[in-house]
Amino acid sequence: MDVAAYTELLPEITPTNQPFWDGCAAGELRLQKCADCGRHRFPDSPVCPECLSGAASWEAVSGTGTIWSWCTMHQKYFAAFADEVPYQLVYVRLAEGPLVISTLTDGSPEPRLDQPVRAVFQPDGAGRAVVRFSAEADPR
Amino acid sequence: MPEKDVAIVGVGSSDFRRLYADKGRPNDVYQLAAEAFRDALDDCGADKRDIDGLLCINIGYGRFGEMTGLTGPAFVHDLEGTGRMSGVALQEAYALVRSGTAEMVACVYATNGRTAGLKYGGGDADPAGAYDAMYGMTSTGAYVSMMYQRYSTLYGAPEDALAPLAVNNRANGARNPIAVFQKEISRDEYMDSRFIAEPLRKLDYCIINDGAVAFIVTTADRARGLRKKPVRVAATAGRAELSRSYISPDFYYSTSAAVAEELYKKAGMGPDDIDCMQVYDNFLPTILFTLEGFGHAPRGGAWEWVRDGRVELGGERPLNTSGGHTSESYMQGFALHVEAVRQLRGEAGERQVENCRTAQYMCVSPIVTSHVLVAD
Repeated sequence: MDVAAYTELLPEITPTNQPFWDGCAAGELRLQKCADCGRHRFPDSPVCPECLSGAASWEAVSGTGTIWSWCTMHQKYFAAFADEVPYQLVYVRLAEGPLVISTLTDGSPEPRLDQPVRAVFQPDGAGRAVVRFSAEADPR
Repeated sequence: MPEKDVAIVGVGSSDFRRLYADKGRPNDVYQLAAEAFRDALDDCGADKRDIDGLLCINIGYGRFGEMTGLTGPAFVHDLEGTGRMSGVALQEAYALVRSGTAEMVACVYATNGRTAGLKYGGGDADPAGAYDAMYGMTSTGAYVSMMYQRYSTLYGAPEDALAPLAVNNRANGARNPIAVFQKEISRDEYMDSRFIAEPLRKLDYCIINDGAVAFIVTTADRARGLRKKPVRVAATAGRAELSRSYISPDFYYSTSAAVAEELYKKAGMGPDDIDCMQVYDNFLPTILFTLEGFGHAPRGGAWEWVRDGRVELGGERPLNTSGGHTSESYMQGFALHVEAVRQLRGEAGERQVENCRTAQYMCVSPIVTSHVLVAD
């Protein structure tokens, strides 16, 4: 991986999203939660999309979700990932509602629709802890 | 005062084939736009001084207005250069004319995506998009591929389910002298096409090319004095589905169904009354989502509905008769409007739909729009 190019792609850590990244480093998924209506949101945002309240806290959430879908990228759109193609991406619906793009951990089985997954936190090529998802092998 | 009937009276488009063939030559968007505008005026016999409303899409009104000497229109507006704006542009022109805010509106779109080397992916992500880009996720096509992966798994669509759409677009492009790609393809050639964002293949993707489109919209009364048979806008409807992701959790079904209900009620007709469908096909799965959301095909069954020739020229409901975005040109929906007009006028040559009286444009995207256009 082209680490310099990859580092450019990482979201900048700002005062408003710092709690999310601190959570990753601590091995837990933290989301913003509206202090008025309780809705979770991701990424961080100044107001609640449900009730427009500006009051929110950061809370550790379950880290569980289900695979909504996936695709395998063959095109070299990013220099950072040019050596990685083809690579698989997943779209995960978190138990708390938000949908996130991510990847499955090595050793996960081939994805299935609505397969349960859980968040794991691993250092990426640039050394930052990022969220990935682990799918357990189908017990059947 | 009653609201006015509205018609498209003049259309112009580039010779996309010629522009694409001459790959070494860079194209300027404003030149392309000015030529399409001139063609649209010639098409209807209007004078540029008649234009009192100007909508520019993917170009700026300031430079365009100065270049064409159209310096004093009563109403001017720029729209962003995205496909969803194609339906919105006609809706805005329709509203301006219907309300009397302007009497004759020109909608002018141009792109030089090929000259500029646009890739529609991998660019600088917005701050929220960075949470996707950090994993290597980018491009609208990849988001559509995720929708299609779920769709095809849920509904049992086989690996070659999109082939009839790819083949149909090329068969139609082969009958369109201005289409970029005029060579027919087979199912096997489609299956040999390489993956871009699997399950989508190169032949599921729109072309990236240069060109421009213009159309002129005015009142039905004014239309009667012009050169060509007017095409009346019988109804138009739209609804947004806004989110940070291009992925709609139900493939835009409920939003499209709401637009369809309003549209068909206003038009006093339904899917069975449509002679010719022009469907925004940035990527071929979008056609399936569209046909289902707008009630042409059963939910989950569009991939079966499009097999066996139903949407081919000569079939019961021809689709993307110009070749669509994978064969004619990627003018982000604008050229599909022009094709609807040419079909309703009987000007489509070898690809003419017989007795074409009604055409429907549909665009399924974060702003879903649809119009019914008729030849009275």
